Amino acid sequence: MTNLLNAILVIILMLNLFTLGTTRIQSIIRIVAFQGILLGILPLITHDGLSLMAVAASIIAIVLKGFAIPVMMSHALRDVQIKREVEPLIGILPSIILGALATVFALLFASQMPLANENLSKLIVPSAIATILVGFILLTTRFKALTQVIGYLILENGIFIFGVLLMEAMPMVIEMGVLLDLFVGIFVSCIIISKINQSFSSMDTRILSSLKE
Amino acid sequence: MAFLLIFYPLLIAVAAAVITSNRVRPYMLPVAAVPHCVLTYIVVFSNRISETSTWLSLDPLGKIVLLLVSTLFLFCSFYAVQYLHFRNDRNNRIFIVCLLTFLGTMSLVTWAHHLGLMWVAIEATTLVTAPLIYFNHTRLSIEAMWKYLLIGSVGIALALLGTFFIAYSSLHAGLDATLTYDVLLHNAPQLSKIWLHAAFILLLVGYGTKMGLAPMHTWKPDAYGESPGLVGAIFAGATTSCAFLAFLRIYHICYAAGEQQYMSRLLLFMGFLSMIAAALFLIRQRDIKRMLAYSSIEHMGILMIGLGIGKTALYGTVLHILTNGITKGVLFLSAGNIHRAYGSKNIEQVHGALRILPLSGSMFLVSFLAITGSPPFGPFISEFSILSGMFDSHAYFSGALFLVLLCIVFIGMGGTVLSTVQGNAPKDIKEKGTFKDGFWNGAPVLAMMIIVLILGIYIPEPLAALLNDAVEFIGGQS
Repeated sequence: MTNLLNAILVIILMLNLFTLGTTRIQSIIRIVAFQGILLGILPLITHDGLSLMAVAASIIAIVLKGFAIPVMMSHALRDVQIKREVEPLIGILPSIILGALATVFALLFASQMPLANENLSKLIVPSAIATILVGFILLTTRFKALTQVIGYLILENGIFIFGVLLMEAMPMVIEMGVLLDLFVGIFVSCIIISKINQSFSSMDTRILSSLKE
Repeated sequence: MAFLLIFYPLLIAVAAAVITSNRVRPYMLPVAAVPHCVLTYIVVFSNRISETSTWLSLDPLGKIVLLLVSTLFLFCSFYAVQYLHFRNDRNNRIFIVCLLTFLGTMSLVTWAHHLGLMWVAIEATTLVTAPLIYFNHTRLSIEAMWKYLLIGSVGIALALLGTFFIAYSSLHAGLDATLTYDVLLHNAPQLSKIWLHAAFILLLVGYGTKMGLAPMHTWKPDAYGESPGLVGAIFAGATTSCAFLAFLRIYHICYAAGEQQYMSRLLLFMGFLSMIAAALFLIRQRDIKRMLAYSSIEHMGILMIGLGIGKTALYGTVLHILTNGITKGVLFLSAGNIHRAYGSKNIEQVHGALRILPLSGSMFLVSFLAITGSPPFGPFISEFSILSGMFDSHAYFSGALFLVLLCIVFIGMGGTVLSTVQGNAPKDIKEKGTFKDGFWNGAPVLAMMIIVLILGIYIPEPLAALLNDAVEFIGGQS
């Protein structure tokens, strides 16, 4: 089981770098959808014995993160003229390098922190932190509103990986509440993006700068 | 009881969504608020133990915030009926449904005794308040809503990570991973220190974003400035207090773990940073609603400083939640009236509010005096109590800095407020102004002002007992 778990975590880390390495927003959405499906599998393999709860949690996570949210985002993208991330704050290659550095930093950081359940994969905590950092990189260096929302989704994905360690602490109902909040949050963001697009004919967040002192 | 308080507003929200008449729908707000408030007073002041389950339970801290939220919402709901009738050109369905859902989720925050559940409720309040900012459908309000949602969601996401870190600190200590508040409090001394420290920082940043502490406050002036006054009142009075309550839970756990020293420095730093940032932006502020937003940032800073001082200042801090919340209600609702009468919130256009709106103008002036800590109003008592707590714990430098900042804020706000209420009103508004002080937009403001005054003169016996319970609950001297 640990081998499979490690393999999945490594793929998730690679997908992080892919999201930084592409400018077509539709491709980023697809990559994140695939990442969402992989995340959904995690609760199944980290826990011995398939409980009904784990299966249900996993199915709901896959449906939301792998299908519902990406479909919603693609929908928001449909009316937009420019479907690429043009001129990000830092270029594509530097962002990949930054993402790789973030991953290395996460591994170092996790090796410094005292970890519990050593029997489970040691990669869980560093993968979680690396994914959160990559989400932050997307959030701060991209200017298209939708890419920023994707950054937020990746950030939440990282937190989800960490949450896999804590299945006992988060009862099913609350876990569902977290996923529902995420879903509604992205739903509302997509509506706002289409409003921004209607009012400003663009979804570049740099135009949202009228409010300041 | 918990289920009633949480689900009753949601039920009315569904009803409001079904109603088709734009004129009838606003009445759903008082329909939800009045029973909610009555129930709240019964729950808060009855001596029966109101524990419902391990996840939902009302402790003294929760009681104080619930009391504030429900009272504030009651007054705002009456005000809202008149406001929404005045703005009958706008479809108010989403606005009302969101407001009512918001009341339900805030009640859930006050009852939640499971940190995960509390997080879900706080995040839900963020999501349902975002559409409230957009009520005016202007380009600026889209911008404000976007900033609020993005910054708020990222902040709250960090709080979720911090919440997980707390569970992990329990796991690491060889205990079961749990997020149940009471169990965590009980096990607090054994929790893994390093993970608890990391959790505390993440939660300070996370819930601090929701409260609007500097430097995560940037969304706040925009959101408060562009949303209707009544939304500002609920934001500044209730939402921030709920976020503060969430943070208090974390503080309580760390306090029980014996981390007072570690927290104190961070809290004082954040608190003073917020006060300084607010004071700087309050000087020569030209927009009355943005001014109120900075005042809210300042008062969140004061709450943090109170926590940072700890024991001796806890009473003042807990009282300040109430006094700040209600005074903010008066400020925002009267500012909303002024904004509507002048069609502007910039002090270049707004002069002589005392002549155009005798009630709202004078309430705006008086509540300014109250919020800046002038006697005999409530905030004076709470701020004075925090200040004397500082000197009791020999934090002389902090105390002096606190006083200096309060003075700067007083002068800064004073300039803007006096220019708004005094002077001669522009001619066209004097002659053609359609918006006047009335019963429904004036009475809620006046009533809240009276509460602020009463809190400054005499704190009723049951409330005083509740405040002492709350302080004892966290572990200070009452």
